[in-house]
Amino acid sequence: MQRASTTLQTTPITRIEASNGWVSLQLRELWAYRELLFFLIWRDVKVRYKQTVLGAAWAIIQPVFSMIVFTLIFGRLAKLPSDGIAYEAFSITALVPWALFANALSQGSNSLVGNANLIKKVYFPRLTVPISTVLGGLVDFAIAFVVMFGMLLWFDITPTIRMLALPLFILLVIITGLGVSLWLSALNVQFRDIRYVIPFMAQLWQYGSPVAYSSSLIPNQWRWLYGLNPMAGVIDGFRWSLLGTGQITWSTMLPSVGIALFLLITGALYFRRVEKQFADMV
Amino acid sequence: MSEIAIQVEHLSKQFRIGANSFQKTFRETVSDAMLAPARRLRSALRGQGTQAATKEFWALRDVSFDVNQGEVVGIIGHNGAGKSTLLKVLSRITEPTAGSAMIRGRVGTLLEVGTGFHPDLTGRENMYLNGAILGMSRAEINRKFDEIVAFAEVEQFIDTMVKHYSSGMYLRLAFAVAAHLEPEILIVDEVLAVGDAQFQKKCLGKMGEVAQNGRTVLFVSHNMAAIRSLCQRVIWLNKGTVLKDGPSASIVNEYLMETVTSSSSRVDLREAVRHYDYGKRFKINDLTFNHGEPILHGEALNVSFNYEAYADVYGVSFGYGFSSLEGTRLMTVDSDLNAPRYQIKRGQHGQLTSTIDTLNLQPGIYLLDVGVRSGDGSALDYLPGCAQVEILPGPSTPPSMSRLDYAGNVRLSGQWQWPETAQEDRD
Repeated sequence: MQRASTTLQTTPITRIEASNGWVSLQLRELWAYRELLFFLIWRDVKVRYKQTVLGAAWAIIQPVFSMIVFTLIFGRLAKLPSDGIAYEAFSITALVPWALFANALSQGSNSLVGNANLIKKVYFPRLTVPISTVLGGLVDFAIAFVVMFGMLLWFDITPTIRMLALPLFILLVIITGLGVSLWLSALNVQFRDIRYVIPFMAQLWQYGSPVAYSSSLIPNQWRWLYGLNPMAGVIDGFRWSLLGTGQITWSTMLPSVGIALFLLITGALYFRRVEKQFADMV
Repeated sequence: MSEIAIQVEHLSKQFRIGANSFQKTFRETVSDAMLAPARRLRSALRGQGTQAATKEFWALRDVSFDVNQGEVVGIIGHNGAGKSTLLKVLSRITEPTAGSAMIRGRVGTLLEVGTGFHPDLTGRENMYLNGAILGMSRAEINRKFDEIVAFAEVEQFIDTMVKHYSSGMYLRLAFAVAAHLEPEILIVDEVLAVGDAQFQKKCLGKMGEVAQNGRTVLFVSHNMAAIRSLCQRVIWLNKGTVLKDGPSASIVNEYLMETVTSSSSRVDLREAVRHYDYGKRFKINDLTFNHGEPILHGEALNVSFNYEAYADVYGVSFGYGFSSLEGTRLMTVDSDLNAPRYQIKRGQHGQLTSTIDTLNLQPGIYLLDVGVRSGDGSALDYLPGCAQVEILPGPSTPPSMSRLDYAGNVRLSGQWQWPETAQEDRD
């Protein structure tokens, strides 16, 4: 309605010409298309749950099965220390945000190619495509979160005031995931071999994040380096606010937040820069 | 007062094809980048440019025109003339290489019917999704919901997944959503050539309504009848440049004269321009009138179609018709009017013959429309205005028939009973 009434008063004038180099992000236009963003998220979620036999159960199966495997291998066999917490609870608090990130990494980077039919036929801010895919992961995350929360209660871990900080860490996963998928989705249009790199990248990235092990294993003087992986900051944050283990140190958090924002901003700029070629290439 | 709605100035769009095409793998780019200095050095030594390996072609070259507010402009031209590229640039799907365009007003683009339709969503869900993609707000769809559903005639199936729709229903719903888009400028690419004849008429009516509401419309079509009836002005593109720009009546005539095989008794349709999936499952390869002899007024007309099936098709019926050059259908002959329909198996080809006793269209030049429908009413192959056909005066054509201008299109001889007081005049 808002849009319709503004167009009645002033006729928008669009100038079409070749753009050169870096272009502005056009966030105002992105905001004007927020309804499309909503419908794209809604479509992805709806179709995913309709097409699969187990539907929403997949949101739970993935982290829960990983937790069982991790607990057997890393907890029971390798006897990795888990900050004095049951390994099940220790790993699930990392696996749930990790699943959100992994979704952004794999689905997000494939999002432009997957929506080629739209991109070739209609104009809309192209940023909506990876953004909707990444935000769509929040639905699965919410379901998995409830299961995780139930598990924590089962292990007698009760929430404290620290839980209030959790939304900040969720925001950090979203920023990181979005930054990475902006980069990869744009690269994937230009270089189709990116898609083969992604599963491999996701696996390596998981080893580089404190999913199976505790970041307390990292010597103090290397914490800042470790923090350059924003997922390290995310997982430390999740464990800190949900389990009360470890501590939030600036030496991890600052580089994590910095890198996440850096990825997001450069990703968005790069995406906008190469965006004009998408319709001709996908 | 007419204000300029679209101002196009020296618009050009270049595509690169060939060796260094768009699609490079990362590895190729890396190796190219590493080898580039050596290659540049080598070509510099030989005195060549560096772009030797790239083939470029201009889909649009220095195109300029203005469109006033409320004008309905048809864009015509052969395949590859740049029509679709022009629409894509003007609707901001792709960027021009050079030149500029100024657009005044909200633009709605309809390059395809059903963009973004998802087979696993219901009709209702797809309406909202497709609406959002085309730029309609949820409130706008809510307001027009009943109207859209009624227009599409899918009331009972609105909560069924569209993958269970017949192709006719699917197209109707998709067009209905798009037809209710209300931008100031509408850019449409060949969307009228879908569905059955009745629905096409409805679509054409809706388009006419849009045009009359003072909205600016750019309309690409191969259907000259639709162009004539909707547009006052036509831009004829050829090889990326504007060949002609002017009133639709005269330009369409010129275009038809140049493009359509004239007064030939055999019409080859194998390479004819088809839209959507027409001709994919079932194709009319060619047709011949009167075994290659001229078509004569007042005589029998025999048409034989050579067809080929690429899929199992059911309830098949053929039809052909003649339209005036203005695009008004004057007569239609359908195979299922008083006769059964047939099924044809994949891979089969054959010849179907149709005969009418007397062809009463008066001598003149007509447009030929041919089509094949399947049992669900959707078109398997459809070629409106695919050829110009000349009907010559026959032995029974009276001399007065040569004065055609006020005689209408159909002339019948009839049985006449004169009173006895009148005497037969033999001279």
